[in-house]
Amino acid sequence: MITPNPPQRALRLHRELDRVWGRPAGWRGILTSVNHSELGLRFMVTAFVFFAIAGCLAMLIRAQLATPGGAFLDTALYNQFFTMHGSLMMFLFAIPMLEGLGMYLLPKMLGSRDLAFPRLSALGWWCYLFGGLIILSALVAGVAPDGGWFMYTPLSSKTYSPGINADVWLLGVTFVEISALAAAVEITVTILRMRAPRMKLTEMPLFAWYMLGTSAMMLVGFPPLILASMLLEIERAFDWPFFDVTRGGDPLLWQHLFWLFGHPEVYIIFLPAAGAISTILPVMCRTKIMGYGAIVAAVLGLVFLSFGLWVHHMFTVGIPHMALAFFSAASALVAVPTAVQIFAWIGTIWQGRPEMRLPMLHLMGFFSTFVMGGLTGVMLAIVPFNWQAHDTAFVTAHLHYVLIGGFVFPMMAAAVYWMPLFTGRAAVRGLGPTAFWLILIGFHGTFFIMHLTGLLGMPRRIDVYPDNSEWIWTNLVSSFFGFVMAAGFALFALDLLLQILFGERTRRDPWQADTLEWAMPMPAPSYNIASLPFPGQSALQLARGEGLLPGAPRGRRETLVVDAISGAPRHIAVLPGNSALPIVTAAVIGGFVLLMLFGFYPLAPFGLAAIGVTVWQWHKFMGSQSDEPPIEAAPGVSLPVNHSVPDGLARTGLTCLLIANGTFFTCYLFAVGFLSVIAPGWPAPESTIGTLPAGTLAAVLILILIAASGLARFPLATGSTVALPLLLLGLGVTGGLAMLLDDPTRHARDALRAAGLGYVALHCAIAALFALLCLVQRRDGRLAEGRVAAWPIWRAWQDFTLATTLILVLLIAAQEIL
Amino acid sequence: MVPALAGCGGPLSTLAPQGPAAADIATLLWAMLAGAALITVLVLGLIWHGFARRNPRAPGEAFWIKGMGLGFSFAVLFAVVGSGIWVGERIQARPGADVVRVEAVARQWSWRFGQPGPEDEIVWTEGRLHIPAGTPVDVVIRSEDVIHAFWVPQLAGKMDALPGRDNILRIEASKPGLYHGTSAEFSGTGYAGMRFEVLAYDPAAPPAFSDLTTREAP
Ligand code: HEM
Ligand SMILES: [Cu+2]
Repeated sequence: MITPNPPQRALRLHRELDRVWGRPAGWRGILTSVNHSELGLRFMVTAFVFFAIAGCLAMLIRAQLATPGGAFLDTALYNQFFTMHGSLMMFLFAIPMLEGLGMYLLPKMLGSRDLAFPRLSALGWWCYLFGGLIILSALVAGVAPDGGWFMYTPLSSKTYSPGINADVWLLGVTFVEISALAAAVEITVTILRMRAPRMKLTEMPLFAWYMLGTSAMMLVGFPPLILASMLLEIERAFDWPFFDVTRGGDPLLWQHLFWLFGHPEVYIIFLPAAGAISTILPVMCRTKIMGYGAIVAAVLGLVFLSFGLWVHHMFTVGIPHMALAFFSAASALVAVPTAVQIFAWIGTIWQGRPEMRLPMLHLMGFFSTFVMGGLTGVMLAIVPFNWQAHDTAFVTAHLHYVLIGGFVFPMMAAAVYWMPLFTGRAAVRGLGPTAFWLILIGFHGTFFIMHLTGLLGMPRRIDVYPDNSEWIWTNLVSSFFGFVMAAGFALFALDLLLQILFGERTRRDPWQADTLEWAMPMPAPSYNIASLPFPGQSALQLARGEGLLPGAPRGRRETLVVDAISGAPRHIAVLPGNSALPIVTAAVIGGFVLLMLFGFYPLAPFGLAAIGVTVWQWHKFMGSQSDEPPIEAAPGVSLPVNHSVPDGLARTGLTCLLIANGTFFTCYLFAVGFLSVIAPGWPAPESTIGTLPAGTLAAVLILILIAASGLARFPLATGSTVALPLLLLGLGVTGGLAMLLDDPTRHARDALRAAGLGYVALHCAIAALFALLCLVQRRDGRLAEGRVAAWPIWRAWQDFTLATTLILVLLIAAQEIL
Repeated sequence: MVPALAGCGGPLSTLAPQGPAAADIATLLWAMLAGAALITVLVLGLIWHGFARRNPRAPGEAFWIKGMGLGFSFAVLFAVVGSGIWVGERIQARPGADVVRVEAVARQWSWRFGQPGPEDEIVWTEGRLHIPAGTPVDVVIRSEDVIHAFWVPQLAGKMDALPGRDNILRIEASKPGLYHGTSAEFSGTGYAGMRFEVLAYDPAAPPAFSDLTTREAP
């Protein structure tokens, strides 16, 4: 049991905390803020802007399809518009929206003052903004991507898409995905390590479970897409034939990698929305959620299952019947955890006293659309039917039932539910329900009939249909209601705007919910809570500093880190304050992306070096040069500060990053295996690298890496002095190996080897940087007895580099011998 | 079997099947559609009832999670997947003595077909495939450039045309007639117009291949 701290004056605490956690007013503050509430809101607002833009594109598409001859857009433009609509909606609306919601809510729900890596949140947002702007500029300049949101090769390869359009997609989306990976790392670490003291993993709010599932899926789901995009961009830029069948590549490799990401993607989008439902629904029904344990199991089941289904997007590529049956059954199976949740929600409605307030109305919108979308999804999982419906308007209808039903409606519920927390203001009565009904009617009017259009044979992505008068009336109906829906969304936005401008100040906890985010003053202050809660404390007690770590007496940003499972307090983390590094780093990365986009490849090394130099600056905040006594967080609860513990947040963060990186590498191995077994155009031509020099160099490289891993184990990184020159030597060896490689443009095997070598070289370079960091930290005293600083991170990275390099060398040796 | 609803017709309609595979799939579709409609009504009805009902003896967690979430959904899915696999088996391309083999080659943005002519030589035609009615036909599909898909909705499902790799789709027309086909994989600016026709002729009276372009020796 924890004894409370003595009460203090709430106002004084507020002033003290706000001075430390706040940011300067004006531009400087905007550019340097790292606060999770502010960045979470920025993510959501930006995402909403992209939703509006993509929605306008949808209106243009619908206008074009309203008549069979549609002379409104020309085909080239139409192709850009539907590609941009889909890509913006998926990558620049849905994903950032859920990231923003998670980033905003999680620290509050879990009882923390910020996310684990505040500067990373800011970096993510700036990358998202800059990447989004690059993609939008392409739209304005008329060179937007036009190959469809899944960019199938060879249509998107240089031969058939010579313009810059496809590069915009590949580079721009990858740039934006930095923010997804950053958010995933951040959210995972925050949920695992920054909960309120004694909040067990098995007791945390369901929303946190959903976000944990989501971020785990993002860590594993995005690497295949990033790998695929990089390979395709390299193919387009340097003619390395990863996807070219005539030289040992295979366009199906793109499809596998894309859908290995693309299917989990839909659950990445759905889970946070479902998390919002599981949070809001019980409150609207004045009861507790039914089946907490079953829902957690369902979430974990979805996370797991959704990585085994990607082939259902490829049922028509010519896959053996047995494999089809397997993936068909697996796809149907994934409906079970979803059904469990739906019925748990219905059970919750039955056991409570449901009230039809505005968030509940949007939840009803969710039920009345998502259920149908799920059922058409099961239908599409049935192979024979899929062969008819695939790539028709039926699929367009299905995907909008699940995406708008399963994401947009819950997000609207979430928006109206949490608006008081965002703004401190109550809703203005009036427009909300009208907007809802317009959207609901508009939605079903647009998309219900589209199932029929698809069954009548209309392919998706066509712009004219002069010979098919039977599709005219259904399309006209869809277009008409599309505009009704658009009017609804406009009204919805207006309603929120009115609330921000004219809403009355709201009281605390307007919905009488029991999650912690409502224990904050409203709108939430920069530091969230004046003291960190332990079970059973009231909002008033927290504001008076009776929880842990009251105020900011040491004048720095402190929050609590707990044990991942039990929630027992472990140490106190000192978080970085406002900083210009995130925006500078994002700008430098953006500059690199632009260099690549415009084909200034010779400048690439300088771009990479600039990124390296900027990222190097990030370490300066970390660590401390002197020992610090433990801090008394509450009477009798003394906790060490993060500088003196080995398992700090950075360590957990690095583990997450290595999981993503390992997935990336595994996908690379999958690509090697897939091409050598499945692709036509193998075996590859005789290679010339099986010679003695290459073998020797590879052996030397492995020895160097083994030595470096050993040196990294010397206590307190004393080995770094020796390891650094060794690693630089290793980097030289990879350069030597590069000279010996076969021409990567000759065959996919050679291209894959060259790519693998590039991966190894990059990892050696980063390992060298970590060794250098340890060296610097030893010099300035941040790494010393009792202060491990970057040492564990270097060690983990070194081992990872060794493992991947070893696998790669063995793989190539096996290829050569067999 | 298949309800002939008004408005289900049209040259590319999957709801107006003219061959065994398309007919099987249409039946499957109608069955699934009916099931989906029932389940939608059931679920929405349960929600509705949740608002109306004031019954203290409401079913508990076991009913909702185990009964409905697991039991009900497993039962439905089992039936659906089972019938899907069964139909899938029926429409597969299986070797047989009477199977005719034709070729479909796609390129941006047209189709070329190779079919056996009067003397069993291969006759190449542009935009129209000739097949004997009432006979199973295996279409060997491939592409010369990007990915396309061969689709004649009234006869069978679709199959992708890939560069460097052959795919086989079994089609069959029950009666002689002209059937419409379209490419169904986005392929660039000419995609919407990438249509073709399949002429199913009476095997007793093969056509003269008036629009033939080239012949290859058998
Ligand atoms: C605002 C209401 C919306 C309307 C009226 C709308 C309408 C459309 C239309 C007409 C298409 C083109 C279908 C075709 O090419 O034949 C389309 C495609 C698509 N939509 Fe939407 N949409 C809306 C919202 C959304 C949302 C919220 C999402 C996702 C979160 C989304 C995701 C997509 C995707 C992924 C595609 C496929 C693009 C492609 O084929 O490459 N849409 N939508
Ligand atoms: Cu999927």
